[in-house]
Amino acid sequence: MRKCSLEKLDSVFAEIANSFKLYLPVDDKDGKAKYSEWAEGVKWSNALNTVRSPKDFFFPQTEDLMGFKCSGKNIEIIDTRNESEDFVVFGVRACDVKSFDILDRVFLKDPVDSYYSNRRDHGIIISVACTRPAETCFCHTFGIDPTEPAGDISVWKTDSEVFWQSNTEKGAALLEKLQALTEECDADAVNDQKEKVSAIMKKLPLAGLTADKFGAGKTKELFDAPEWDSLSEACLGCGTCTFICPTCQCYDIKDFNTGKGVVRFRCWDSCMYSEFTKMSAGQPRLTQKERFRQRFMHKLVYYPENNDGLFSCVGCGRCLAKCPISMNIVKVMKTIGGKENE
Amino acid sequence: MNNRQETLIPKIGVITDVRIDTPDIKTFRVVTPDGVKPFEHRPGQCAMLSVPGVGEAMFSITSSPTNTEYMEFSIKKCGCVTDWLHQAEPGQQITIRGPYGKPFPVDDEFAGKNLLFIAGGVGLAPLRSVINYCLHYRDHYGKIDIVYGSRSKDDLLDYKEIIDDWSNSNDVHVHLTIDREQEGWDGHVGFVPNYVKELGFDTDKTAILCGPPIMIKFTLDGLYSLGFEKTQIYTTLEMRMKCGIGKCGRCNVGSKYICKDGPVFRFDELDELPDEY
Amino acid sequence: MQKITREQLIDKAVSLLSDGTVECVLGWEKGQFDYDITPAVFNDENELRENFVWNDFCGANFSKYLVSKTRKCNGKMLVFLKPCDTYSFNQLLTEHRFDREKVYAVGIPCEGMADIDKIKAACGDGIISIDASGDKLNVHTLYSDEPISVSAESVFAERCMNCKSKKHVAYDELLGEDGDVIESHRFDEVAEIEAMTPDERFAFWQNELSRCIRCNACRDACPACTCEKCVFDNPNSGVENKAAANSFEEKMFHIIRAFHVAGRCTDCGECSRVCPQHIPLHLLNRKFIKDINSFYGDYQAGAEVGTRAPLVDYTTDDLEPGEVFERGGDNA
Repeated sequence: MRKCSLEKLDSVFAEIANSFKLYLPVDDKDGKAKYSEWAEGVKWSNALNTVRSPKDFFFPQTEDLMGFKCSGKNIEIIDTRNESEDFVVFGVRACDVKSFDILDRVFLKDPVDSYYSNRRDHGIIISVACTRPAETCFCHTFGIDPTEPAGDISVWKTDSEVFWQSNTEKGAALLEKLQALTEECDADAVNDQKEKVSAIMKKLPLAGLTADKFGAGKTKELFDAPEWDSLSEACLGCGTCTFICPTCQCYDIKDFNTGKGVVRFRCWDSCMYSEFTKMSAGQPRLTQKERFRQRFMHKLVYYPENNDGLFSCVGCGRCLAKCPISMNIVKVMKTIGGKENE
Repeated sequence: MNNRQETLIPKIGVITDVRIDTPDIKTFRVVTPDGVKPFEHRPGQCAMLSVPGVGEAMFSITSSPTNTEYMEFSIKKCGCVTDWLHQAEPGQQITIRGPYGKPFPVDDEFAGKNLLFIAGGVGLAPLRSVINYCLHYRDHYGKIDIVYGSRSKDDLLDYKEIIDDWSNSNDVHVHLTIDREQEGWDGHVGFVPNYVKELGFDTDKTAILCGPPIMIKFTLDGLYSLGFEKTQIYTTLEMRMKCGIGKCGRCNVGSKYICKDGPVFRFDELDELPDEY
Repeated sequence: MQKITREQLIDKAVSLLSDGTVECVLGWEKGQFDYDITPAVFNDENELRENFVWNDFCGANFSKYLVSKTRKCNGKMLVFLKPCDTYSFNQLLTEHRFDREKVYAVGIPCEGMADIDKIKAACGDGIISIDASGDKLNVHTLYSDEPISVSAESVFAERCMNCKSKKHVAYDELLGEDGDVIESHRFDEVAEIEAMTPDERFAFWQNELSRCIRCNACRDACPACTCEKCVFDNPNSGVENKAAANSFEEKMFHIIRAFHVAGRCTDCGECSRVCPQHIPLHLLNRKFIKDINSFYGDYQAGAEVGTRAPLVDYTTDDLEPGEVFERGGDNA
């Protein structure tokens, strides 16, 4: 483990930015944190997390897939892909780091999505341990320890110092570059912090939330649960939960005629939208209840069924904060998960 | 980057022939610009065809894998991409990628069995690949029955092939029906499910079903009443798809993605899935 | 702190349920915390006593829900309406969006609703509970032993800071006292934007709208957006779009929406309340309201049922297109 003083952090950022594009959570004019590129004078946000998840770095809201030139009856396909540059994302919380693993299992599964893998190969993740979890946090429900974030490098920030620990070859190579700005140290201060934060975790309002009632093999039991009616009753069918969610990965592919040619692009899509599954031959999910159920069954049952029991939720709490009608996965888990979750 | 493989990037296909099958179904023959078959596939698999600027859609490959020269797609006019394709002329290029999905188990579970194909309307399209494959390897299978129905005589797909090739094959029995009486039709009149019951098949068969949901529903009831088990009946499902590789997230029924884990399912497998298809 | 209590509302609902006036109640359901409240339909006293809530976080405007919920309900549905909600209620009636006979509207006074994001900004994360006393909110957090006290007014939602009316314009019955229409400052910020140069104004909206993630929450919450099928969801419309293909389209969605609700928007502020990206969408609508007021005389959508709004009415006194153009001048 290595450390530097908090005052030196800007020099460390500068050193990283010499070799890589560096992104980190920065407050906007309304005080909301979002990932922005670091430059001299840019300050790391104190916010617990960003409004939007960092999935954009690997799976952006829109991206061009390819181009076409059409003349007469002929078509030319233009491969518009470019090798990504190496970049560093600093300040990713443990929950969001875990979300990359969940996305990997979709996009890197054969056949590999080259757009995603390109960015993933070139991205270096520096995570940061949480010190002040919010009431909306429930990462522990999914076995995530916010004091022990994964990533290429893990960082712990105390009042005066920043501690660095590399976890991968990529991380070690980057930390090597920061030799001059950091010094070798023991883990005492980090362990102290872990202990304190673990104690706070036990006091969180959602500390007792479990996903025991959910997981692989629960489709039959949960699909026809009567509670889906009341849970989905007020759902507006908007895509807020989907788009701020770090693990939602559904996409649409569309063509756009630029006037000079056709661009085929993909963009985030939402299973909450009414035409998501609409075909000329029919619509398997006719009501908002069915679409609402799909989203939560996917996260809590279908995804685990296809991925060794891993849930497709990291407990980041964004949907708890942002749903216009305050309906969210925790309410679903508590209502359908039975009294033991109260 | 460009040496990374990418499934979403298609190949160019050339439409070399357009056959008008019915008033709203045409069959398109597709090869690569070099004049060869775009790729190999198994019976029941699908391909993504696209018209740049219009969109991309999934179609079942109608031709048999045993056809070494080209691929065929029988396409009903029912949306943006299909409308556009119906106006296309030979020589038109499109894009094609695939093959996608799990095929019918023609060399495993079907081998040595008596086969009963039941199709309605454009539902014959996905089965045509299987039927022609089985006819190609005729001695690998037992008796073959084909029940096929449509709204009218004019809506019967591949009618010439059915009369000329299938009906004249060894131990193949074709049973055609149309929904209502029509001049010049002296065959059976009535809906497919009823016809299946009337024909009263023995249960020593594997049944393969494809057609509109309402036909599937009542034909299943008919087959069950004849004593068929769910493990003897196969079908192929349709869902909206964008990627074809189990990633875009819209064609799932429960934890199964139709594009990847389907489209072919046995009815006992479907029983394990929620009723959302 | 709200003057009317949760118990008063529950008692009213229970009595209307038990005398058969209404079949069910559209109300606010308590959430996980004190602030995450969900609109819900309550069918009996037990459900009400257990889960109904009324506090400083009951901001959701129920008027739009009446369109879909009254279709499912055979008898009458009780709905509680805050003063600003009643304008949306009237506007929806003017547009024949629900059957008035199927609704029993109880007007309730509102002292202003809190914006949880402002509370979090003032008190930090880790909010365990929030209680109101007088004009103060006491916020208990994981990170301070003593509750943090903030004045309710300092954490008002934007629309409550600029409240336009404490008067109910529609109800079958009123609980508590009715208030008055308020001379608000709601057009001040619009005037500030009008005073910008075209470039500044463009930059302002470019920055705000660049945050849009096209979640459609603004549209889906908007009581003026009640089309059964929105043009932006219709693949055959040619403008169906789930994400902006370029920065022009980024703005197009919001501009078209603002035009579509122009003259019908009551300025209820739901669009800005639900925006996960804090885009001040209400400013677009207020610009239209301000212009309509100055072109055609003061007009408040939803103030009455059945009035012909200036934009869908014609009089010989109407502004000529040339005058509109001139008024825009070089800034147009």
